[in-house]
Amino acid sequence: MQLDLKEVEELAKTLYVRALKLLPNDIKQGFERLLMEETDATGKAILDTMVENIAVAERTKNLLCQDTGIPIYNVVIGRNVEFDGAGMKEAIRRGCERATKEHPLRSSVVHPITRKNEQTSCGPGVPLINVDFDEREETVEIEMIPKGSGSENGSFLQMLIPADGVAAVKRFVIDKVIECGGRVCPPTIVGVGIGGTSDLCMHLAKVAATRPLGTTCDDMEGAKIEEQLSEAVNQLGIGPQGLGGRATSFRVHVEVAATHITMNPVAVNIQCHSARRAVAIITPGGIAFE
Amino acid sequence: MTHHILDMPIAEEQARALRVGDTVTLEKTLFGIRDATLIAMFDRGRPTRLNLKGHAVVHTAPNVRKIDPRPANSSGYEPLCIGTTTSMRMERFTRPLMQRDGVRLIIGKGGMGQATLDAFKEFGGAYLAVVGGAAALETTWIPEIEDVDMDDLHPESLWKFRIQGFGPLLVTMDSHGDSLHAKVNAEAEARRAAVLASIGSA
Repeated sequence: MQLDLKEVEELAKTLYVRALKLLPNDIKQGFERLLMEETDATGKAILDTMVENIAVAERTKNLLCQDTGIPIYNVVIGRNVEFDGAGMKEAIRRGCERATKEHPLRSSVVHPITRKNEQTSCGPGVPLINVDFDEREETVEIEMIPKGSGSENGSFLQMLIPADGVAAVKRFVIDKVIECGGRVCPPTIVGVGIGGTSDLCMHLAKVAATRPLGTTCDDMEGAKIEEQLSEAVNQLGIGPQGLGGRATSFRVHVEVAATHITMNPVAVNIQCHSARRAVAIITPGGIAFE
Repeated sequence: MTHHILDMPIAEEQARALRVGDTVTLEKTLFGIRDATLIAMFDRGRPTRLNLKGHAVVHTAPNVRKIDPRPANSSGYEPLCIGTTTSMRMERFTRPLMQRDGVRLIIGKGGMGQATLDAFKEFGGAYLAVVGGAAALETTWIPEIEDVDMDDLHPESLWKFRIQGFGPLLVTMDSHGDSLHAKVNAEAEARRAAVLASIGSA
């Protein structure tokens, strides 16, 4: 299969807008579960408003949240796909820019030093384009994630040491959830990276934060920590929007990588309740949206 | 727990009547303000021709569409999606906003800190929590963008919105020293030791 760059550009545009408007089903189901478990009256009322907002966005074809985020594109290329890699990255960038101008969307991206906004949602290094490869025959998957800043500001890395153990890793996560309180727009998905190098650890946390609800860490030890922390964060009483209640998080997600004998890194990256993402899969048969 | 309907702008005693746990619906006018707006106004001394006295400001930067100015939306923009950003980043601007420009109410998400609480007590003001991320709903409360200043900071311009039934919002910080945010944070800190013990991280 030859990857058609015109198609990639269109998809990069469509997926950005689609992600901003339609919340994935797993997150909608997550809200239903949280509503059943919530005992705090204010917490319940806030969750109800969030669910109402999802319906209003669908009915009025509007964005769920005003924060158009930092655009992230995750591309996974399968076997027997011919593609022009540099051209693909340019096509994604053009699609992202076109979504911003043609919809129009608020460009939330500025130069970090001059703070100049090009009104394109693009800038040096942005959109983020992550490319990976997998086993699927003649398949290309493009996932678009508009990462909101309220929760992205809830990002932390600590290079713990082996003597600190797993106990310190878990303590770090709990302490960061407390520190963030309502600022990260709970209920959240708490993404936790354990191991790797500093940059890989942070990336694992992002992968964890943006993983669909209902998925589990591939690593058995990671999955155990995921289970423990998911229960623990909802005992803190922070609740929806940090105004009290049980539903601090939908779930804590953990991703794991091997690390150095002298290292014990942990990272936290938080995803707000507007856990937006959109996926398209290109095969010789056409394009399917997930 | 009282529900207040406030026609903006309001007087000091109306702001002081608000208590944590009350709910509020705002009518008529609301200003949108954000990081870059506040940095320009207070760190760079940039004046605005808009009068904020007695008004409410919401921490926001909206999605808008440029149009030819017309009687409705005379700013030359129509609202597409307007929501609320995290307030805490703008903590150090509450005092000057109230003291210099006479702002009475701050609408945001996530709450603010002690400096803001002190300013509310001194000048008479309150923080009204809107549900963050519920922007599609919030947009239905904002029929029109009346005016805009400092638009070179777009989208972090100073916005003047015409509002209709903006709420209900929850009063979470008041002029009597009460903060629901501080209460919840203290509660979480109090539970920390037991939670850590339950996962073997005491």
